[in-house]
Amino acid sequence: MENVPWRWEEDGYTVTRSTAWSGPGCHEGCGVLLYTKDGKLMKVEGDHEHPFNQGRLCPRCLALPDTIYHPDRLKYPIKRVGERGEGKWERISWDEAYDTIEKRYKEISEKYGPWSIVGLRGTGRDLMWQQGRLLYAIGTPNEVGTLSGNSCWAPRAASYHATTGAFMVADCSQYFADRYDNPNWKVPECIVIWGTNPVISNPDWFLGSWIVECMKRGSKLIVIDSRLTWLAARADIWLQVRPGTNGALALGLLDVIIREELYDKEFVEKWTFGFDKLSERVAEHPVKKMAEITWIPEEKLAAAARMYAKSKPSAIQVGVSVDMEKTGVYTVHCIAALASITGNMEVPGGNVIALPPYGVKQPGVGGWGYHDLPEGTRKHTIGHNIYPFLATGLPTASPDVLLEQMHTEDPYPIRGAWIQGTNTLPCMATDPKQWYEGFKKMDFVAAVDLYITPTIMAFADIVLPAATYPEKNSVRACLYNLSSTNKAIDNVGECKSDLQINLELGKRFNRKFWPWDAEEDVLDELLKPAGMTFKELQQRGPTYPGIEYKRYEKGMLRPDGQSGFNTPTGKVELFSTFLHHLGHSPLPYFEEPTRGPVTTPELYKEYPLILITGVRTIFFHSEHRQIRHLREIHPEPVVEIHPDTAKELGVNDGDWVWIENHKDRIRQKAKLTPIVHPKMISADYGWWFPEKPGPEPSLFGFWDVNSSRLIDMGLVGETGFGADIKCTLCKIYKVKEGEM
Amino acid sequence: MTRYGLLINYEFCTGCHSCEVACKQEHNIPVGKWGIKLSEIGPWQISKNKWQLSYIPVPTDLCTLCKSRTKKGKLPACVHNCNAAVMKYGPVEELAKEMAGNSRMVLFAPK
Ligand code: SF4
Ligand code: SF4
Ligand code: SF4
Repeated sequence: MENVPWRWEEDGYTVTRSTAWSGPGCHEGCGVLLYTKDGKLMKVEGDHEHPFNQGRLCPRCLALPDTIYHPDRLKYPIKRVGERGEGKWERISWDEAYDTIEKRYKEISEKYGPWSIVGLRGTGRDLMWQQGRLLYAIGTPNEVGTLSGNSCWAPRAASYHATTGAFMVADCSQYFADRYDNPNWKVPECIVIWGTNPVISNPDWFLGSWIVECMKRGSKLIVIDSRLTWLAARADIWLQVRPGTNGALALGLLDVIIREELYDKEFVEKWTFGFDKLSERVAEHPVKKMAEITWIPEEKLAAAARMYAKSKPSAIQVGVSVDMEKTGVYTVHCIAALASITGNMEVPGGNVIALPPYGVKQPGVGGWGYHDLPEGTRKHTIGHNIYPFLATGLPTASPDVLLEQMHTEDPYPIRGAWIQGTNTLPCMATDPKQWYEGFKKMDFVAAVDLYITPTIMAFADIVLPAATYPEKNSVRACLYNLSSTNKAIDNVGECKSDLQINLELGKRFNRKFWPWDAEEDVLDELLKPAGMTFKELQQRGPTYPGIEYKRYEKGMLRPDGQSGFNTPTGKVELFSTFLHHLGHSPLPYFEEPTRGPVTTPELYKEYPLILITGVRTIFFHSEHRQIRHLREIHPEPVVEIHPDTAKELGVNDGDWVWIENHKDRIRQKAKLTPIVHPKMISADYGWWFPEKPGPEPSLFGFWDVNSSRLIDMGLVGETGFGADIKCTLCKIYKVKEGEM
Repeated sequence: MTRYGLLINYEFCTGCHSCEVACKQEHNIPVGKWGIKLSEIGPWQISKNKWQLSYIPVPTDLCTLCKSRTKKGKLPACVHNCNAAVMKYGPVEELAKEMAGNSRMVLFAPK
């Protein structure tokens, strides 16, 4: 609600209304009430007046005081005094830290060119929107994450761009400040939840509690997930898809809907391009065959297609699982087609195009200022010469090409790194051993974080302490609203916000990118499209633009104000002219995973289980392993195994097991559960043990349990987006005594 | 004296653990002890397309029903922050009435 006070006194506490945004926490922007005494955070409560979360909070934000005041928290800038990885650090001043970083990056720039410095990004935290800008000031276009194929969010974003013109989300009333009561909104009759478990992970600007509220109001669910999640257990139809075959599933759904003419003919006629060509392509993928591929009974797959198409309205919410297949871009292409041809696009309770609120952009990947870089600099963006879709789609580098280049040094060496808000080694890095070798070659590495992580221990020369969200002012433009993060406490030690660090450092390199004097000036600049300053937003509180439906009829989706979608033809491109011009398949298709029962039957004999990783738990990625009340809930890395499979292998619940494949071997603790298919296992990810020794070779014990060691880099789709990650092969066997 | 209690609609409890952590933070309850503890019922298969998987948070003897909060007109910490808004605090007679028309409800009257 607008115009609510943002600070008051209550019962001996000062209460500050604020907006959560990692670190720590997650990608979202929940409303929180920060209870403080003498500049210290005492407790956190959900803000019932923030329409986004309506008072609900996750354990992560509730445990926030423990994250802020943990004894391991980084308090001062430090420099490495021993060898890299020895864990010997010395406190230094901010001036010395900045002087060193400036000097070392400038040396590298002179010797090899500024592009030989890369900036490592993690996931969408309150820094991604400005991190690129610091790198551009340094003179490098290379902002990058170490996840093969940029296989999180980016494939979805890119594919929607090429079909519907912009990102799309399920409409659970989140655009309205009065939420479920808004008279223009409709409860979805059916919601498809695809490759995501939002009640636990709250991913991609979408809260799981919205689904629960829709369920309370009668929404039926179709859940597409290789694991039986809580949502799947409550679904009308649960499709237990074979990992790596979401693309076949999507084509199968389309086949039923097109063949049985369950689509909205008027919308197809008026607002889509290439329906006939799509139909021909889909006809080559009959549901019978797709059902076989996905290990789903044909009747079930067909029933889901009918239920989705016949319910009005129907919404689809898609998660990261579809990104983690090499033809994931084309799975998303099918999903965009499903929402469009069934007439669920831009209708209340269907799927809506997501545009930045009031035009305020906080890109989750690089970008702010990328096009102000000279052409001569931009051309060095790693992988853009190989992947034209990446070059036109997102101002970020290709991790797969970067890794190769780190080893070959062709066309130029990589010599410096800026690691901000990412504990890449045990978490985002696919095949971390290779990244480890690559980063060990750096001349200089600076990092910013809340804690000393395995990544910092292994690579960093200088480490800067970052502020958590109660220690800073900021802005959250979370698709549906604008909301301010309000500083509520004294900073721990000398920590600074990422924005302050990027501003102070950025100015030393290039004032053109960082002309401002203070953080608030940057926030004011960011808010300019909304015609508001930070102080005004702070006074107003969460501010909602609302949404009009069928914006394509009203000229509200295209920058030129014409009616239609923001694509070259102005229609939803079922045949993507954009992809066609780039030389990619303009129509969806599916390819079997690089390794799997069909592609590599010999290997499958040796490694008869499909391995998935990346399931979110109580933690946010690699965060929170030192937070007592969270760790207590999930104390060790577990691998989920079907009881029948475990029985055959003589594995009991709680046994440590080796998980081995063609690449490597790790161990985790067995959890026997029927929620996974007997032919697959699901291994934890992102683990490290803050209580174990930090210095090499231990690195907080992360290597032993790191499931990304079993996954290859480079199994990327033709567009450069999406890679075979959640679908490799493995076998398991018990860890013997003495092997731990 | 009116007895108060907690009504849980476990049709929609997602098992997110927020009630546990909210309670621990509010009352400074150490590792290994709980004011309210989540139980998982399932998962097992009931029939071809039906599964048993429910979560129910159970208040322990450490639960004070957040007296210090409720006497000031605030909700108990677990209720206030529940991620699925499935917890209700009130006089047990009133809560029992709410149970009547609903399934998958459980009412606790802690000590
Ligand atoms: S979704 Fe959970 S962790 Fe993320 S901001 Fe909201 S309460 Fe915090
Ligand atoms: S009512 Fe208060 S004391 Fe009882 S479980 Fe909830 S938070 Fe804990
Ligand atoms: S907070 Fe609510 S939804 Fe979460 S576990 Fe507790 S009762 Fe269930």
